[in-house]
Amino acid sequence: MNQSRWRKFRKRVVRHRMLILMALPGLAYLVINNYLPMLGVTIAFKEIDYSRKGLFNLLFGHEWIGFKNFEYLFRTDDAYTITRNTILYNGLFIVLNTVVAIAVAIVLNEIRSRFMSRLYQSLILLPYLISMVIVGYLALSMLNVENGFMNKTILPLLGIDPVSWYSEPAYWPYILTFVNLWKNVGYLCIIYLAAIVGINHEYYEAAVIDGASKWQQITRITVPLIAPTITIMMLLAVGRIFYSDFGLFYQVPLNSGALKPTTDVIDTYVYRGLMTLGDIGMSSAAGLYQSAVGFVLILLSNWLVRRRSRDQALF
Amino acid sequence: MRTNAVQQTLFHAIMAALSAACLFPFILLFVVSFSDEQSIILNGYSLIPDSFSLEAYRYLWGQLTPLARAYGITVLITAVGTITGLLISSLLAYSLSRDEMPLRRVLSFLVVFTLLFNGGLVPTYLVYTEVFHLKNTLLALIVPGLLTNAFFILIIRTFFKMSIPGAVIESAYIDGASEWTIFSRIILPLSLPILATIGMMLTIAYWNDWFNGLIYITNPKLYSIQNLLNRMLSNIQFLMQNDLGGRSSESLAQMPMNAVRMAMAVIGILPILCIYPFFQKYLVKGLVIGAVKG
Repeated sequence: MNQSRWRKFRKRVVRHRMLILMALPGLAYLVINNYLPMLGVTIAFKEIDYSRKGLFNLLFGHEWIGFKNFEYLFRTDDAYTITRNTILYNGLFIVLNTVVAIAVAIVLNEIRSRFMSRLYQSLILLPYLISMVIVGYLALSMLNVENGFMNKTILPLLGIDPVSWYSEPAYWPYILTFVNLWKNVGYLCIIYLAAIVGINHEYYEAAVIDGASKWQQITRITVPLIAPTITIMMLLAVGRIFYSDFGLFYQVPLNSGALKPTTDVIDTYVYRGLMTLGDIGMSSAAGLYQSAVGFVLILLSNWLVRRRSRDQALF
Repeated sequence: MRTNAVQQTLFHAIMAALSAACLFPFILLFVVSFSDEQSIILNGYSLIPDSFSLEAYRYLWGQLTPLARAYGITVLITAVGTITGLLISSLLAYSLSRDEMPLRRVLSFLVVFTLLFNGGLVPTYLVYTEVFHLKNTLLALIVPGLLTNAFFILIIRTFFKMSIPGAVIESAYIDGASEWTIFSRIILPLSLPILATIGMMLTIAYWNDWFNGLIYITNPKLYSIQNLLNRMLSNIQFLMQNDLGGRSSESLAQMPMNAVRMAMAVIGILPILCIYPFFQKYLVKGLVIGAVKG
């Protein structure tokens, strides 16, 4: 019985060897890029010996030290700071970006002129297309201490003294939130606009006949009907709340040490541990902490998405 | 009727204000790059500088060699990365879209799982540097980004399944066409819209990528334009140091630092801005299907 199934399988493999061959490059790539690093997470439990290189040593070499790296990590205040920053920033981004994007999408949908609507869409999507390095330049042109637009033009108009932005951590929660909103609202707006455009027009026609105002149409028809999209987009974002936009937190504050209390998140901490401090133990422990909690959160959010809409779930 | 006109004006005013807010930093960047250095030092970055100057661009023209090299590297990795990524993804997506594929469900799950869990930066870095020795090679700028988003594979697979009737593939099969023939002669031509969309996303990702260069490249001669920009953000003099091949005959004091910095950024975004209007349609489509899974 078992043997005949095995033979059937073998026959199938031989018969469809071309399909397997076609899948091979992609699968090999996923093994190299994703599955080897997944096996490599064990280095968080090891003392790295730099003289031992190669695949075998990455997976099986080095001395096991148990949870020591994690003990070091959680004994410092760093673990608390980066976890707090990551969750608070991402939580704020999710709520604020969603609210603003929906509002903009609703306004955009009301614009009658198709040409103008397209033009507005192109313009608000522009920030989404550029790299975070460029965003760093744009932020610098605004915030530069000696020449920046804020210190030289806006603050003098308001009669406020110049601020040395890149050494005052207190302002950065606002700055980063604004930059994130500026960069991503166009993208989210397009998603929600697609949902709004899909609403059947008869609802609005019936509402107008019944004398509904524009505001009533928005709150009673538009928002309830795009609620499923909103829920799913937010759940997907919550699933990724432990991962931050590394570029935003690295490029925009110009990697300034003075700003660390309010700009350091898990991703920047892991990066700095690996590339600048050379503290692979601590860095890999923080990385695994992120991957593990992130995994649980993604499963949880996927489970919630699945309960609402089978098609939208990842699996 | 009157309230309608008022409403339309209001909506246009809101959108115009938002669009202006999105556009403003770009305009500032552009203007500063054409500003005279003296007027920048006097009045700061301003939309209306006292006097204009092409000094920054003239200066960058003098550094043509390192700039052209970085540009060439960006163009090369974008072209190779996009085409290779698209080919590998669509081949895998095609196999997984066929019911006859052995182990189809297990393999599909392996693709999805990469979206749920990842090894993180440190193991990935060690795999690429210590096992495959990609540090300071051009491959380090291409390979890590190829299938970064396994989502693309799922989107292409869904497209193959939904929009190409099984009967078409079956009849081709009966007529003796090989899988490769079916894929290249039937599937690909029918899937151009989705491939253009994914290709556009990959192109933007490669063009904008600075992260791989940041961690894998320490040799300035292998910098892409984004990496060059990245280094110059913190160190404006970087272009003339490090033997990049630029001319350093002019003295540092004469360099219009502020304007040069912004001119570099302008050079970095210009190509994206130029192709954007032509590809906006595909891009918008890509964003929408990317978000709600095809």
